[in-house]
Amino acid sequence: MAVTSSGTAIVTLPTDTQILITREFNAPKHLVYKAWTTPELIKRWWTGDRGEATVVEVDLRVGGTWRYVMVANEGFEVAFHGEYREIVPNERLVTTEVYEAVPDDFAVNTLTFAEEDGRTTITLLVEHSSKQARDMHVDSGMEGGLQEALDKLEQLAVSLG
Amino acid sequence: MTYLYIGIYVADMARAATTADAFNAVAEPRRRQILDVLAGGEHSVNDLVGRLDLAQPLVSKHLRVLREVGLVDVRDEGRQRIYRLNGRSLKPIHDWVKTFERSWERRFAEMDVVLEELKEKEEGDGGDE
Repeated sequence: MAVTSSGTAIVTLPTDTQILITREFNAPKHLVYKAWTTPELIKRWWTGDRGEATVVEVDLRVGGTWRYVMVANEGFEVAFHGEYREIVPNERLVTTEVYEAVPDDFAVNTLTFAEEDGRTTITLLVEHSSKQARDMHVDSGMEGGLQEALDKLEQLAVSLG
Repeated sequence: MTYLYIGIYVADMARAATTADAFNAVAEPRRRQILDVLAGGEHSVNDLVGRLDLAQPLVSKHLRVLREVGLVDVRDEGRQRIYRLNGRSLKPIHDWVKTFERSWERRFAEMDVVLEELKEKEEGDGGDE
């Protein structure tokens, strides 16, 4: 699939259990890697505009753990943790990820960094254990959460009627 | 239970409530394969059978499911049934993924700001090494 150079995230669902996120950055890969793995820097981007990162712990070694906690604008807290499985600095990171509200399930994230002419394309492949878990992950990105879900429910009801 | 989690739950229930929507239709890998082929242009049933290496009754069964949810349209051409993709019906899936994409894009936009700073700092230092 072609990746645009406009710096827009592209999300695809290659299989029932995967999410693939691709994005190009106007920076060399050692800086993108630094932004991705340094707690003070992660705190500045990871929540987007959805809330504030209250905990960002990174023990960057194979077998080491990470944990991110965010207080969303609506006031609730969401937390994630995992373990580093593979670390190739500036090239590749493989981690596990648990959404603490669904502790029995974990995803495996494979992140790669590719640089060309000073620009870096990251590809983040998220592999879930089931389609249901994958779908829940995608649902979690929904703006307004409940409202969107209810809108969708209404659309479905209309389409069935 | 958090607000976010309620959202997840309701959305999941919403989709579980029916078996006849685009989400369910594309859950089956063979049907996605058919859509991939039709994305390249319209094809007759026989043509699809040849390309997918699947038995004709199976292909017809999948096409019926796709047609019921409006993902493909069919027209007759002589004795042939010609199928084509109806992209509009993929919109609910597209929208669903798009919303997720937007929250990642906001995240990455923040990262752009961080990266600009890192670049400036590195240039100012004459290299970070």
